[in-house]
Amino acid sequence: MKKSWLAQAGLLAAVGLVLWYFASNTAQNLEARKIASGFAFLAREAGFEIGETSSIAYSAADTYLRALGVGLANTARVALAGILFATFLGTLVGLARLSPNWLLSKLAAGYVETVRNIPLLVQLFFWYTIISESLPGPEDALNPLPGVFLSNRGIFLPLPGDVPVLSGFNFSGGMALTPEFAALLIGLVTYTAGFIAEIVRAGVLSVPRGQVDAAYSMGLERRGALRYIILPQALRLIVPPMTSQYLNLTKNSSLAVAIGYPDLVSVANTTMNQTGQAIEGIAVIMAVYLTISLSISAFMNWYNRRIALRGAAR
Amino acid sequence: MKRMIVAMAALVGASAVHAQSTLEAVQKKGYVQCGVNVGLAGFSQPDSQGVWKGIDVDLCKAIAAAVFGDASKVRYTPLTAQQRFTALQSGEVDVLSRNTTWTITRDTSLGLNFVGVNYYDGQGFMVRKGGVSAEGKKAAKGKAARTITSAKQLNGATVCVQPGTTTELNLADYFRANKMTFKPVVIEKLEEVINAYFAGRCDVYTTDVSGLVSVRSSRAPKPEDHVILPEVISKEPLGPAVRHGDDRWFDVVKWALFAMIEAEELGLSSKNIDQQASSANPAVQRFVGASGDIGKMLGLDNKWALNIVKQVGNYGESFDTNLKPLGFDRGINKLWTQGGLMYAPPIR
Repeated sequence: MKKSWLAQAGLLAAVGLVLWYFASNTAQNLEARKIASGFAFLAREAGFEIGETSSIAYSAADTYLRALGVGLANTARVALAGILFATFLGTLVGLARLSPNWLLSKLAAGYVETVRNIPLLVQLFFWYTIISESLPGPEDALNPLPGVFLSNRGIFLPLPGDVPVLSGFNFSGGMALTPEFAALLIGLVTYTAGFIAEIVRAGVLSVPRGQVDAAYSMGLERRGALRYIILPQALRLIVPPMTSQYLNLTKNSSLAVAIGYPDLVSVANTTMNQTGQAIEGIAVIMAVYLTISLSISAFMNWYNRRIALRGAAR
Repeated sequence: MKRMIVAMAALVGASAVHAQSTLEAVQKKGYVQCGVNVGLAGFSQPDSQGVWKGIDVDLCKAIAAAVFGDASKVRYTPLTAQQRFTALQSGEVDVLSRNTTWTITRDTSLGLNFVGVNYYDGQGFMVRKGGVSAEGKKAAKGKAARTITSAKQLNGATVCVQPGTTTELNLADYFRANKMTFKPVVIEKLEEVINAYFAGRCDVYTTDVSGLVSVRSSRAPKPEDHVILPEVISKEPLGPAVRHGDDRWFDVVKWALFAMIEAEELGLSSKNIDQQASSANPAVQRFVGASGDIGKMLGLDNKWALNIVKQVGNYGESFDTNLKPLGFDRGINKLWTQGGLMYAPPIR
């Protein structure tokens, strides 16, 4: 017993020593090369503009800290919208795959196999190219509904009392979804929905056959059986793997860099290059993603306990 | 990912790199590891055979010619704007010769030293001729085109730009100073950012004028459809950089650059240097190493400069081979004797 305690302490000390060696070696080398270090740069003026700011006021005269905040808000916006739509689409596809309708179930299976087996980065380029190359310029924008404009500058939607109008180079007013945001969101949603569909299908199939038969024998239709009997029980199996899909979606949103959506990684990359402080920049990115991921996990664990308790009380 | 690896290299291996001077390390491994642009015609770009060409590449070769007497002893590391400084800091490359602007922030806080300037540049804007729509659509519809002739007309424009560059900062400064707004579309890969511009995602593409000329002539579907606006909004002295704190290597790279400029001034070229080597002109005698021991002072062979000119050429030759065919004007990059800014301190 005592021996194993010693071994544990030894291991901890060894890990600590290695970390200390890396930290001091790095600090020494940065000092020797006269490379700036520390986080003082966060309070300095950023000097660059950001294309979309998720309704945070920002200009080039603001600080790096604020610029990173805008990047974080952009990441959060695309991740939240992505999680919402991916859950919805994934559930529909998962249920469709179980449908007695042969065509519907095969279509769903085809969708899942396609999106799951093409790298996400390739899919993002695909959507971005579709949007920026196939849509017309702002002056020839498609106008499918009154106040709605589709062009290679993005999708412009009317808000009450605020209809987009073409002025100068681009539309102004209304709500704007940029091609970068749209491509990233569509890419993340369709890709993650493929995995979610399989989780939903597995969850539904895990409900014992007897439960389903009992539901039908009580006179419930398929829809009612799903709603009241099958899904509530399937949920307990679905939630834990769903958490990791939400985490994946959030982390995958960092691929935004490739298609020019100003997410946290994109803004942090620019910051690192303007300040030359790569180690601090990477540390910021890691800390932020860790925080977001742990928060999502904590929320999902809480939700999981809530539905699990209800099951246990049965 | 590459950035991560480089950062790791900085964490782990940096002390080893620091232990010996770069010149010794280069001589020992037998080649110069040169950081270049991933592909900018005229500066550094592989040709159809995969051979790197351009004025930045010629500088890499000049260093190899000076150190080894063999201009081919170079290995190239293509770097994006974002990767370049970390690659140099961590010792992944020996010299960064990648159309990089010399600024005080970079010189003082990035742990590197700029050795000089091999191209005097400035930032400009490129727009589609006759207005804002994607290629051809405008003409087909026959609408009246709004002609852009000045950068002052760009209020509200969408601008494609690469991140991690002085370009991004100058752009914001210029619009702020002129009380105009713009929407940046920031994409790291050159290929992707110019595709976005040519696809009509942006009204404007901005980078150094040299880059605009290069992209227009080598990448545009129809070069004549694009105009470079007259405003040059910044000074962009482009030059090679080395790591801070290694003066001997700094000297070697600096004088390899100056030797190319001095050779042009002395009228020495790759074609005539063998005949000129026996000239009675004492400046030429010193340059080719027939008198004095300038090479030894640099820690190199006495024929270092002769080898540079013989194997790579002088600055003017490099300019004419690489940049002239793309439509570059020599402009302020002429020698000082011809009214330009290219000036090398005396080699004596």
